[in-house]
Amino acid sequence: MSIHAMRLTSALIFVAALIADGAVAHASQIFISNERDNTVTVLDGATLSIIKTIPVGVRPRGIVITPDHREVLVCNGDSGDISVIDVERLEVSRRLDSGPDPETLALSPDGDTVYVSNEDDSMVTLLARADGAVLAKIPVGIEPEGLAVSADGKTVIDVSESTSMAHFIDVPSRTVVANVLVDARPRVAAFSPGGKDVWVTSEIGGTVAIIDASMHKVKAKIGFDLPGVRKELISPVGLQFSLDGASAFVALGRANRVAVVDVATLKVTKYLLVGDRVWQLALSPDGKTLYAVNGLTNDLSVIDVASLKVLRSTPVGRLPWGLAIKP
Amino acid sequence: MRCRLRSAAGAALGLLWVLVLQPVSSAFAAAAQSSGAPLAILYLAGAYPKAQYLSLLQTEPDDDGEAGARLALNEINLTGRFVGRQYALDVVRLKPGADVAAEAKPLLAKFDLVIANLAAPDLMALAKTPEAKDAVILDMRTSEDFLRQEQCARNVFHLPPSTAMQADALAQFLVAKGWRRWLLLRGPAAADAAFADDIRLSAARFGGKIVEDRRYAYDVGARRVDTGYQQIQRQMPLATSSAPPHDVVAVADAADLFGDYLPYNTSESRLVVGTQGLAPVAWHPAFQEYSALQMQHRFEIAAHRPMTERDYEGWLAVRIIGEAVIRSGRTEAKSLGDFLRGDDFGVAGFKGQALNFRKWDQQLRQPLLLATPLMVVSMSPQEGFLHPRFLTDTLGIDQPETKCRFTQ
Repeated sequence: MSIHAMRLTSALIFVAALIADGAVAHASQIFISNERDNTVTVLDGATLSIIKTIPVGVRPRGIVITPDHREVLVCNGDSGDISVIDVERLEVSRRLDSGPDPETLALSPDGDTVYVSNEDDSMVTLLARADGAVLAKIPVGIEPEGLAVSADGKTVIDVSESTSMAHFIDVPSRTVVANVLVDARPRVAAFSPGGKDVWVTSEIGGTVAIIDASMHKVKAKIGFDLPGVRKELISPVGLQFSLDGASAFVALGRANRVAVVDVATLKVTKYLLVGDRVWQLALSPDGKTLYAVNGLTNDLSVIDVASLKVLRSTPVGRLPWGLAIKP
Repeated sequence: MRCRLRSAAGAALGLLWVLVLQPVSSAFAAAAQSSGAPLAILYLAGAYPKAQYLSLLQTEPDDDGEAGARLALNEINLTGRFVGRQYALDVVRLKPGADVAAEAKPLLAKFDLVIANLAAPDLMALAKTPEAKDAVILDMRTSEDFLRQEQCARNVFHLPPSTAMQADALAQFLVAKGWRRWLLLRGPAAADAAFADDIRLSAARFGGKIVEDRRYAYDVGARRVDTGYQQIQRQMPLATSSAPPHDVVAVADAADLFGDYLPYNTSESRLVVGTQGLAPVAWHPAFQEYSALQMQHRFEIAAHRPMTERDYEGWLAVRIIGEAVIRSGRTEAKSLGDFLRGDDFGVAGFKGQALNFRKWDQQLRQPLLLATPLMVVSMSPQEGFLHPRFLTDTLGIDQPETKCRFTQ
């Protein structure tokens, strides 16, 4: 088992080295965590060719880029740590101890604090990015998952999958100030443009809840109804707002679609067919392109935001989970 | 080794969690107090002889099922703490041969939410007790079809898959693989006959062919002896020899009298499926899809052993009550029963979709796993098996076929 894994890793390093030799510096780069491969695939944003495949820890999932674009942080669920990738050198430069089973992470607006959801012990851990020091551990519901940080950095939302709640954490006091019940198995939270609301996807509930961020109340809920697709397959996970804030994109998991939601009316305007079990979404820095990773087809779908057309897909590693983009 | 480390770390962190939670929970204490006493749930367990397995590696834990229910109780109490609602689980273990109806009467005066870890006859006795008329009984143990057919009861909700669902889950997989010719080997028990009959129905339903329906009785005698493989090596080929050409041997041997002797001992080089070999199950300790891995970790930290199928059913039963209470805002059994029957109910059970109850027999809809002792091989329904409403309704007794007529 371990010999096999080592062989696989060295083979990947070898391939990656070959590819890296021919690579030159590119403007935009897409970093994708491959849960099954224990790697991060780096794609050239323009050509979508693989620049490098970086070995990280075991079972990488949550992935973010720091505001200064110098580091990419990846949660390794089964190694219980965070791989820190040096964006210049495209290699892991250091690791941070994250506490057990980190699934996702988020950064404070200044990039100095890392918020980690520890799935096995129902905690959100606050780490200093510089040295990995544990600043606080905040108990939340069971199986904490998606994290969202308000623009002013004062509020962090954590959703707990098995408790079906969005927990509002007050950062200065490091306490949970509100717990909002949403539909079953919430996965991703995001502040709406302007920060008045928090949107939460519920994978099993099949909905997106819109929570008033100051009242801590669910004020609206978006459902999805696709002709020819069974209700039980509609499993919303990834969530991304367009740059102008007019649209929201929701990855519908096993329904293999990305829903386009008009933020003003909360109506679904279009469903875009992508790969199997579409998971997380990310927007290019110029806001013109939406990327979606498809867990079961091991590829990345590229969507043109203006025309709402799926332009192409490109293979990445196995079980791609999340993505982060360097401008 | 790794498992042990995980558990130790988990125990330490569990302690930390309790300590750190204190200040947070106090913020919700006021709300919790306002709703009064914890909502009481009865966990009623019958005393039955433990399952006997041929393999030394398989044992039935003492707290099988109960450990799952207890873990789920902690979970719904954690959720409840955030919304001011607490639950208590009262575990009542009956004595062997106890008169369930008589024992249940005084209990039903106190509890109307019952999790039943009871075998079929005891479950029926409980359901028919007049005091149980308005109770919600969550069946976490039985698979018998007749409890969901002629003997169905309005106050009983069945969590484990029926044997009809198990047979269909297996049949879909075999047909999808193109292994359509099955040699059916049925053991001597009534449960074996029932499962074998379900396999016959599944074959007819999905296009499998029973090349021969063979009865086989093997007097297992003492399972623990220090010799005997030579006899097994002669007897199992005999039991499976001279059959028409077949792709698999489908075995119905719920008591494990011979089923686990079959793999590698069949006359032809055929795979074994059914109650042994590749088996249709609701849960498996090696299942990790759809966040099940988190559940496995959590259970092992709490119970210091792998999570069995019955643990899963116990866990699910408590989670169903928690989900119904929190979503409906009700606590009386009658309202909760109505909510469970309604369209708004759905519980997450690590199957990638919400699980809810069929209206016609109150059986929980669910995808099933097909698993060997070590690995989960597949999940049914298989791709391409379609149904106008729920894909999971391709498993088991569908509405047009139901013989269930609720009398209440």
